[in-house]
Amino acid sequence: MVDRMIEVEGLTKFYGDFLAVSGVSFAVDKGETVGLLGTNGSGKTTTMRVLTGYMPPTSGTVRIAGHDLAADSLEARRHIGYLPESVPLYSDMTVAASLRFFGRVHSMDAASLVSSIDRVLDAFDLVDYRDALVGKLSKGYRQRLGLALAVLHEPEVLVLDEPTVSIDPVQVVEARDLIRRLGKEHTVLLSTHQLAEASTLCERVIILHDGVLVAEGHPDEIAERLQGAQRIRVEARGPAEQTGTALAAVPGVRSVGAATLIEEGVYAFEVTAPLRSDLREAIVQAMNAAGIGLRGLARSSVDLEEVFLQITRGEREDPDA
Amino acid sequence: MHNALLLAWKEIRSYYGSPMAYVVSAAFLALTGQFFVSGVSELLPEASLRAVFTPMTFALILWAPIASMRLLAEEQKLGTLELLLTAPLRDWEIVIGKFCALVAMLLGIIAPTLVYVVLLYWYASPDGGPLFTGYIGLFLYGSAAAALGLFTSSLTGNQIVAGVTAAVALLFLTLASEASGLVSGLASALLAGVSLPAHYTAFVAGVIELRNAVYFITFIALFLFLTTLSLESRRWR
Repeated sequence: MVDRMIEVEGLTKFYGDFLAVSGVSFAVDKGETVGLLGTNGSGKTTTMRVLTGYMPPTSGTVRIAGHDLAADSLEARRHIGYLPESVPLYSDMTVAASLRFFGRVHSMDAASLVSSIDRVLDAFDLVDYRDALVGKLSKGYRQRLGLALAVLHEPEVLVLDEPTVSIDPVQVVEARDLIRRLGKEHTVLLSTHQLAEASTLCERVIILHDGVLVAEGHPDEIAERLQGAQRIRVEARGPAEQTGTALAAVPGVRSVGAATLIEEGVYAFEVTAPLRSDLREAIVQAMNAAGIGLRGLARSSVDLEEVFLQITRGEREDPDA
Repeated sequence: MHNALLLAWKEIRSYYGSPMAYVVSAAFLALTGQFFVSGVSELLPEASLRAVFTPMTFALILWAPIASMRLLAEEQKLGTLELLLTAPLRDWEIVIGKFCALVAMLLGIIAPTLVYVVLLYWYASPDGGPLFTGYIGLFLYGSAAAALGLFTSSLTGNQIVAGVTAAVALLFLTLASEASGLVSGLASALLAGVSLPAHYTAFVAGVIELRNAVYFITFIALFLFLTTLSLESRRWR
C-alpha cells in the first residue's frame, strides 16, 4: 500500500535555454487535495505536464503511486487521470464514444467500461448528452466531459490543470462541487491562479513563482508565516479602552490593534500573537475576569491574495520565520 | 498492438463518418476510370491495367497528403495529443495505429478499382499475374506515400503545412527518376535509387523483384520510425 501518491524531487525543466521549473520538490499523500498556485508562467502547467508523463524533466525524479515516471512510465501513467488546461477533446465523437475510446485506451474491460460510463455520465450530469457530438457541447459541459474522462478509469491520482478557468461563474460553483466530491475518493493535485479557489478546495497549497517553490502548507499557515504572526479577531461588548488593556495583558499577546465599532457598544480588535500559539482560551478567561462580554473570537481569515502578492513581488518566504 | 488497433479503429470511424472519404474515393475512381476507358478504347486494346496503374500512382500521391495531413497535426492543434501521450500508450502504438488507419483507407479507395479487373475478365482473358503484382505494387506505393504523409503530419500542428510538405516531397520522389536521366554518376544513381516510380515499373510488368519490395518496405519502416522519433522529440521540446 503506497501512501505517497505523488513524489517530486528536484524537478527542473528547461525549454531550450529557458528555465521553466527549477528544483521543485514536493509530495502529495493519499487522499489529499493539493493546490498548485501561481501566476501565469510560474511553471504550474510545466510541472503538471511532467507529472503526467507528457514531457520528461530535464532533471529530477517523479514517482506516481510508487512508480518511477522515467523507468516505469506506462505503469505510472495508468494511475493518473489528467485534465489538461485546454480540455482537449475529439469534436467529431459523441460523449459516449469519447468515454468508450479513452476507457479502452486505459485497458478497461467491456463489462466494467459499460458500468463506468454509466457511473460517470450520471455523476457529471451528462446522461442527456450521451449521444451528443462533443463539438456541440458548451464549455461547461466540455469541462464536465474532460473531468469524466479523467476519472473514468478510476485513477488514484487526479491532475487537474486550471479546472475552473474559462467557464462561467455558475459552472465554476458546480465544477468546484465536483472537485470536492472527487477529492473524497482520489488524491487530487489541481492548479489555479485563483486564491479563493485554492483555499476553499485544498488542504494544502504549493506556491510556485518563476518556476521556484516559494511556499508550501495550509493557506492559513502560509499567510501567518509570511506575516510572521497570527492574527486573532476579538469582538467584545464593553468599553473600548478597558477591553484593549485587558487583551494586551493576556500573556503572549504581541499587540492589540485599534478598536473598531461594529455596533452600539461592541468593538472589534485585531490581536497579534506568535505563530503556533493558541491564545483563544486565555483571551476568553481574560474577558470574563474583566467582566467584558465576549461576542466573537476567531483567527483572522487569511487574505491569501495579499500573501500571494507579497510573494510574487519578490519578498520570499524566510524559512526560519 | 491492441492499442494500435484501437486508435486505427477510431480514425477509420472518424474518416468514414465524414463526406471526405466518399468524395476522395469517387474522385479516385473517376480519375482512374478515365485512363481505363482510354486504355481499352485503343485500336488494338490490351487486356491489362498497364495504362491505369501508373496514373493510379499519381492519384495516390495526391491522396496520401490529403488523407494523412490531419492525423497527427490535428491532434497537436486540438491538444488531444496531450491526452494520448499521457495515457498508457506507447509512442509507436500511436504511430502504428494511425498508419493502420491509412492502410485501411488506402484499401478503401483501391478496392473499387477492382471493377476494372472484373470488366477485363468479362470481356477478355487477361494475364492474371501482372494484375496481381500491379495491385501489390500499388498497395506498397500508396502505403509508402501514406507513411511519408504521416511523418510530415507529426512535424507541425498545421494540417496545410503538413499536406503541402508531403505533396512536395512525394512529387520530388516521383520526378527523381526523370531527373536522374539529366545528371550522371553518383547523383544519377542516387536519384534513381530514391525514386518511387523506378521501383514500381517492375510490379506493373508482372515481376516482384526483391530489391523493389525491400525498397518500399524500408521506405515505410523508415518513415514510421521517423514519425515515432518526432513524437518522442515533441515530449522533449
